[in-house]
Amino acid sequence: MGAEFVALSLPPMVIGVLVAIACALPGNFLLLRRQALIGDAISHVVLPGIVVAFLLTGLVATGPMLLGAAGAAVIAVVAIEAVRRLGRIESGAAMGVIFTAMFAGGVLLLEQSDTSNVHLDVEHALYGNLESLIWLDATGWASLLDPVALAGLPVELSRMVLALIVIALFLWLFWRPLALSTFDEDFARGLGIRTGPLGLALVIMSAIAAVAAFDAVGSIIVIAMFICPPAAARMMTNRLGHQVAWSCLFAALAAVLGYVLAGYGPLWIGAGASVSAAGMIATVSGIILGVAAVAGPHRTRNS
Amino acid sequence: MLADALLLQLGYNATLVAIGAGLLGVASGVAGTFLFLRKRALVSDAISHATLPGVGLAFVVMVAMGGEGRSLFGLLLGAGVSAAIGLLCVHWLTRRTRLGEDAAIGAVLSVFFGFGVVMLTVIQTMNAGRQAGLEGFLLGSTAGMLRSDAILLAVSAAAVLALVLILRRPLALAAFDPGYAEATGWSLPRIDLAMMGIVLVVTVVGLKVVGLILIVALLIVPAVTARFWTERADHVVIIAGVVGGLSGYVGAAVSATAPALPTGPIVVLVGFGIFLFSLLFSPRRGVLASVLTHLRYQRRVHVRQGLLALAQGQPIYEALTQRLLTRAGLILPDGVPTAEGQAAASKALLDETRWAIVRGDQAYALAATRYDGLTPIETVLTPDQLFEIDAKISAPEVVA
Amino acid sequence: MNLTLVTDHDTDQAVRAASPLAVRGMTVSYGQTPAIFSVDMTLRTGAMTAIVGPNGAGKSTLLKAALGVITPLAGLVTVFGGAMADMRDRIAYVPQRTSVDWDFPVRVIDVVMMGMYRRLGLLGRIRGRHRALARDCLDRVGMTHFAHRQIGQLSGGQQQRVFLARALAQQADIYVLDEPFAGVDAATEKAIVAVLQGLRDAGKTVLAVHHDLATVPDYFDDVVLLNTQVVAAGPVADTFTEENLNAAYGGRLTTARADPESVAG
Repeated sequence: MGAEFVALSLPPMVIGVLVAIACALPGNFLLLRRQALIGDAISHVVLPGIVVAFLLTGLVATGPMLLGAAGAAVIAVVAIEAVRRLGRIESGAAMGVIFTAMFAGGVLLLEQSDTSNVHLDVEHALYGNLESLIWLDATGWASLLDPVALAGLPVELSRMVLALIVIALFLWLFWRPLALSTFDEDFARGLGIRTGPLGLALVIMSAIAAVAAFDAVGSIIVIAMFICPPAAARMMTNRLGHQVAWSCLFAALAAVLGYVLAGYGPLWIGAGASVSAAGMIATVSGIILGVAAVAGPHRTRNS
Repeated sequence: MLADALLLQLGYNATLVAIGAGLLGVASGVAGTFLFLRKRALVSDAISHATLPGVGLAFVVMVAMGGEGRSLFGLLLGAGVSAAIGLLCVHWLTRRTRLGEDAAIGAVLSVFFGFGVVMLTVIQTMNAGRQAGLEGFLLGSTAGMLRSDAILLAVSAAAVLALVLILRRPLALAAFDPGYAEATGWSLPRIDLAMMGIVLVVTVVGLKVVGLILIVALLIVPAVTARFWTERADHVVIIAGVVGGLSGYVGAAVSATAPALPTGPIVVLVGFGIFLFSLLFSPRRGVLASVLTHLRYQRRVHVRQGLLALAQGQPIYEALTQRLLTRAGLILPDGVPTAEGQAAASKALLDETRWAIVRGDQAYALAATRYDGLTPIETVLTPDQLFEIDAKISAPEVVA
Repeated sequence: MNLTLVTDHDTDQAVRAASPLAVRGMTVSYGQTPAIFSVDMTLRTGAMTAIVGPNGAGKSTLLKAALGVITPLAGLVTVFGGAMADMRDRIAYVPQRTSVDWDFPVRVIDVVMMGMYRRLGLLGRIRGRHRALARDCLDRVGMTHFAHRQIGQLSGGQQQRVFLARALAQQADIYVLDEPFAGVDAATEKAIVAVLQGLRDAGKTVLAVHHDLATVPDYFDDVVLLNTQVVAAGPVADTFTEENLNAAYGGRLTTARADPESVAG
């Protein structure tokens, strides 16, 4: 049991937790800025970014794909802002126009190009494949201390750790300007804080989370984790720091519970195979949000 | 081949699908306009993603009841029910908790979609599920559609369009003038409910054509595009209907010409092409037009301020003002006004003085609202009025 | 407030160097209509100045553009003769209450701490003396007992007091307030005026957008009458005249005086 768990379940579970927290962290500020759906838009445009990177380089390599996805996210955000300002269009509608068009372009390129021999398709982009991130070199808990075995850890793990560090550092460094410009933008600008570039930086951090997570877990978890844990956390407390802490807790809980339910749940009710871990993690985060919405101590505006 | 497709020469099914998609496009363009004008465009994104668990559950139920599980009608019915539940959740979260509508939409769409994916993986493990083809609902697939499904699609698209047209008056009222709508006895919540109902039906009918990820584009893009061409609300509705219909029809037809052209993305990209053209080149709100007007306006302001400064013997602070005045031959590079500059400056000062009188006098209240610092006063007042004002200007000067 | 017509660069430079906040040729437009046009304004050290004018006269716009909160189409701002960017520490700002997200998860004491963010920098540790200053500022506006409430749970007047406390925590030389008395109760208005006059008496400069004509002579030393352009500016005694008010408000003065808000405020 131990060996099997360490090799097959531990890595995806840890990666799931890292993804969930990396998305929930910037998600807190997106939520408070009423930009929750930016996360939705970003995760949709990751696909065209990756497809274009593949078509340009002909490689299914991590580097170009991450760059392509990040580039697409930035282009999408700039385009949304441009449409909103230039066309004087409400931001929700501007998002709807841009991310659907980019996603459609990505799907079309994918269908038109020969990707039959590479691991690139729309379903994968949406659901990811968390279950496949296994650690073949592990023979048991002792492997956690064995450098040779550790070298065989899935590459997604180290990538997620890196992304999480970058995001956490950004939030730690810019906590004060972020909080201030979200709460009272005029005052922040009066202090000389450049709220425009700061807002863009937050979106870029969200894009980093989405891009790093995407390959491992697909878009659904990313959107769910941007929104559900912070939304549930907001209803637990009236303090920003506490809200962020709650959101990390909820995100980790959803990842672990979701993974366990997806992997072992069907066995418990007598079914044969497991179900999508990504889908189950999103579902669990929704249940957590539902509970907070019904019973959270600060769930309404005057509580 | 493309011409054949557009002229409906690709066979009975493709023709039905193209006509159905066209009708659906018109309906969604019109319905989407009301949604857009109520600033709730992305609620449709939550509705469409929330259809997935319904599709999956409907399949499971139909198989459990001994059927094949592929009845399009049954699947769409399931989609409608779960979309309605998703819509209720958005509503409840927005009304009963402190969450904003954007957070509620995002939460519902991701959670429902996630649960839908769980259902799809459950179905894949079922014997009947191997060829269920439910993935077609994600991105739309009209290729290889059964004749009965094509008929269902065309008929329900026509029905949706009829429904939108029947309800257009109250919907328009609620979108353009909610205050008046309530005053004349309409119930806004009910109209909103009807609007959401129509959006839901459009979404469900569009699932097989455009797919649940992209159907939101068919609702939003036509309305946003139309907004660039007119300021009149009733025209927005008509233009959006035309753009939507065109996207649906052309998209479905083009998609029928080759197997690697999924319907949904093509429909969306056709609509986006029209949008992009409008964004750039619309004469009133287009990017090109706006940039040009803004630059022209900024120059006029700087020139005017510069002239006023000259007339009052004040220094000119900004380099841009100086540059513009020099280029127009109104001042010399050292800042000294030319004869022409002198004349223009006195004219500007006279204009300002006249305006000051107009703005201080109740008799000219209407004219005073035209003041923007730039409009020459002769264009607003009659010569007689100007004469009257000039009399007031010279009077205090005599005293001084 | 300078009343003499400035005729050359050097004299004006001297005037601006002596003024805590000077604005020259400021134009801001939303679309194709100017909100303010070619505005000059020169504050006097140790004076309380009101910006007064009809609705839509551009009062808040002038404040925001002067502080760099919005970008003007044209115009020059100096703070004690220097550029705004180098002098931000010397200005405290109380924005309009409507521009704030009251649902934000933050407590009253945290809001006051925000006034020290420029001095604290990105990561500066909050120490005992910072907390003591925050408590002291809350005390000066009579809000000590509300320190741990969420900001959205206060009344409008209480929120405005907290915002004033935040401005006090900035320990600036110029205090700029946008409609500080809008929608606040009479007790709060009195408390805020007392604090502002205390600042003035300590040699600080105060600039406020004000909408109640009746209280201008009681509260303020100088006044700027604005209606897209400056109609008149100077000491209240000379400037706040029937004639100038008529010029600023056009025919709308009678309605402005009957405005229930000004009567209640």
